[in-house]
Amino acid sequence: MARPTSSHSKPGRTLLLLLALILALGGTMFLQKAFTPKLGLDLAGGTTVTLSPVTQDGASPPEEILDRAVNIIRDRVNGTGISDAEVAKSGDNIIISIPGVGQSEAIKLVATTAELRFRQVLAMEMTPIAQEQLATEAPSPDVSPTASTAPSSTPSVAPSQSARPQPSGSPSVSPTGKALSSALTDPAPSTSPTPSQGDRGNRDKKSTPSPSATDEPAPDPNAQTPNPQIDTKGIDPAVLKQYAALDCTDPKNRGQGVQDDPGKQYAACESNGSFKYVLDVAKVVGTDISTATAGVQQGTTEWVVQLDFKSAGAQEWSKLTSTAYNSQEPRNKVAVVLDGVVITAPNIISPIPGGRAEITGQFDQQSATELAEQLKYGALPLKFERSSIDTVSSTLGQDQLQGGLISGVIGLALVVVYCLLYYRGLGIVAVLSLVVASILTYTAVVVLGQNAGFRLSLPHIIGLVVSIGITADSFIVYFERIRDEMKEGRRTLRAAVEVAWVRARRTILIADAVMFIAAIVLYLLSVGGVAGFAFAMGLTTLIDVVVVFMFTKPFIALLARLKFFAKGHPLSGLDAERMSVADTSGSVRKTTPREA
Amino acid sequence: MGLGRRLYRGEIDVDFVGKWRLWYSLSAILLVISFAGLLWNGLNLGVEFKGGSVFSFQPTQTVSVQEVRETFSEQGIHQPIVQTAGDRYRVTTETLVESQSLRMQDVISKEFGTPVEQVNVQSIGASWGGEVSTKALWGLVAFMVAIIAYLSMAFEPKMALAAIVALLHDLVITAGVYAWSGFEVTPATLLGFLTILGYSLYDAVVVFDMIKEVTAKLGTTSKQTYSMAANDALNHTLIRSLNTSLVAILPVAAILFIGTTVLGAGTLKDLALALFVGMVVGTYSSICVATPLLVTLKEREPKYQAIARRLASTGGGKGARRAAAAKG
Repeated sequence: MARPTSSHSKPGRTLLLLLALILALGGTMFLQKAFTPKLGLDLAGGTTVTLSPVTQDGASPPEEILDRAVNIIRDRVNGTGISDAEVAKSGDNIIISIPGVGQSEAIKLVATTAELRFRQVLAMEMTPIAQEQLATEAPSPDVSPTASTAPSSTPSVAPSQSARPQPSGSPSVSPTGKALSSALTDPAPSTSPTPSQGDRGNRDKKSTPSPSATDEPAPDPNAQTPNPQIDTKGIDPAVLKQYAALDCTDPKNRGQGVQDDPGKQYAACESNGSFKYVLDVAKVVGTDISTATAGVQQGTTEWVVQLDFKSAGAQEWSKLTSTAYNSQEPRNKVAVVLDGVVITAPNIISPIPGGRAEITGQFDQQSATELAEQLKYGALPLKFERSSIDTVSSTLGQDQLQGGLISGVIGLALVVVYCLLYYRGLGIVAVLSLVVASILTYTAVVVLGQNAGFRLSLPHIIGLVVSIGITADSFIVYFERIRDEMKEGRRTLRAAVEVAWVRARRTILIADAVMFIAAIVLYLLSVGGVAGFAFAMGLTTLIDVVVVFMFTKPFIALLARLKFFAKGHPLSGLDAERMSVADTSGSVRKTTPREA
Repeated sequence: MGLGRRLYRGEIDVDFVGKWRLWYSLSAILLVISFAGLLWNGLNLGVEFKGGSVFSFQPTQTVSVQEVRETFSEQGIHQPIVQTAGDRYRVTTETLVESQSLRMQDVISKEFGTPVEQVNVQSIGASWGGEVSTKALWGLVAFMVAIIAYLSMAFEPKMALAAIVALLHDLVITAGVYAWSGFEVTPATLLGFLTILGYSLYDAVVVFDMIKEVTAKLGTTSKQTYSMAANDALNHTLIRSLNTSLVAILPVAAILFIGTTVLGAGTLKDLALALFVGMVVGTYSSICVATPLLVTLKEREPKYQAIARRLASTGGGKGARRAAAAKG
């Protein structure tokens, strides 16, 4: 334990530090132009989305699968742990309520299936989209799909060059010289007018590229890629057929929802449609992941998702990467496939032991965080579509919030009156401590609402009101200690303030540690509203420590220098009557316990 | 000297520890009543825990949320959750049997002009059901383990045990009040319970800190038994306990008052009741349950028994004789 002199001499400096802290929080508020806390579902309403399961035959999914989906969605939606989103079943549907208006985008991401697979690339090629992007460097990706939809009106045309869309007649450009195998540069044979993944079999019948057609070198005259022919060794002919038929220029083929069988080879598109791939069976899947976090890659500004594998997954991952490492281009790549779509397919520069991996892609902070959350909580066992999105009003009446605030103010006023009556002059310290605590809490809640999605619900507000008691207690503990020291009559107020602090500090820290442990355990282990509440509890405990250490103590130390307090003026709360110092009448038969 | 003045000067000396039989009996009775209530009446769980019915309709004339809520309440539906969703209303109620929901559809149609067939009724599952409650429960268990571990280190295992017993005591009694009063248990009240948890522990910790300090000085030659010293410590922190409790309870009492008298049924009232009862019981238990329990545990230790025997033989006072007689 530190000696009492450690915080003895410079109360002014500590107070300035506190002022700086308050100004920093206040400044953040001003910079972000956020002056009111964000409110939760019960007080401000939010967005309600109904998700309907999509099953192959339209039948109801089994109850337990739906329950599992509810739990995963709940984990994802409450990923950060401080929002009080609600997830409930309603018949076959799942209803998600998220506080705040205009949150339907967030819910869309929550409802994605997130089946993750790691598959070795067996063959790949650039699509017209990529070629066009490379050629024109046009950032708008939606140009190419429209260009290439034109030829799809001529169905059942084999991979004939005549069907090539005009704009993508420049596959040869590939200016970056990216190593691509482009045996099949024609993206258009998949001419099915309804290219949803459901009727892929259908499409296979219509489009005619036979395996033999793909087997032959068939170098595209325009292609100047160094590896113009795909190595079909080990590729299932049926998959090869699918691959030939796959039109990655059509966004429908690269949307969410393809449930790829991890045990089979698979033809897939890159998420932006720029490449298509034949992929080997999945050697590592999402359930092999123990945890996923979003972060910035070392030495770059690029957002990545970092994965840690479970031990079995780590072995498989190590095997997969060394296989890829020992293979020829393009088989030296491992594709990361999410919901049937390739997010990224990096070259494996060396085998990766140790059970860690990084997914890079065109992530920003938000998308990286979202993907990490999705992977962390596992894949949904069902596919969902959004059937309705509503903006809903608060679940509690306006009167409840008003009532809560009014009674909170009344309660605070009572506390102020009581403190002033009981502690007189020192009551001012108590009241000012509460004011400082209130300012800190308010600014912290606003800043956290803006930056961490923290939302106040009615129980939070009541919890904050109750925390007033705990903040006041720290003061009371300290003051009663000062009184003990004064009672012994040996010390001046200035000395008593310091000696009492050492004793009071220990009590306050132990008591606050208990609260803080409680908050952390509950935050980590529970979900939804309970976790949000635990967060608020931890926050107020921290604020209590800050206020006592940085305001109450230095402020009392300053006051102790004033004559009014040091001489024990009757209104100071440190008078002889209060302290029993001068009382020798014998009515004080109890000694302080320390003398016992 | 009047009680008020003595309180102000901190000169009180109540034999809390000595009256342990009274406190134990009082607590036992309260616990039995609470358990009886929990078994007999059970808790009135809210829609969030049990699931319920959702009515969705579009009124033809303008109505306020308040009017819709009153319409449902008049039909005897407890605490409906009324929300607007665009120009539609969404009302979540407890699970209604078919006859009830049919009648409700009729009433809605009559009151708000929506054709009966356009009043949509769906059942909704518990948003705080199974998984959420289970996780909260496990969180609670881990919480207790963590607290016991921490208090065992910061103080000693016996203090940790006494603090946790007092905590459970508070929770059971608060739950008992809910069982008997029939107040609805909603997520908000659950959070109220959690606040009590923290509060009750906090209170006990401050008292125990003082007991630890005082009893640390007890040696073979001391003039006090453990119970006497603990009682002194208790009296010493009594002012603090009462002041702290009063400061914490005042706002809650205000919320409870406004919640019951002005607002009537609602979350605010349910939440404030949990807090109010929990805090009153928490203050009582940290003084009258946790400390006597700790003393009961500690007086069994040979070191303190020796002190008690020695003091009893030299006529060292009632407390010493009791301690020696009870455990010797």
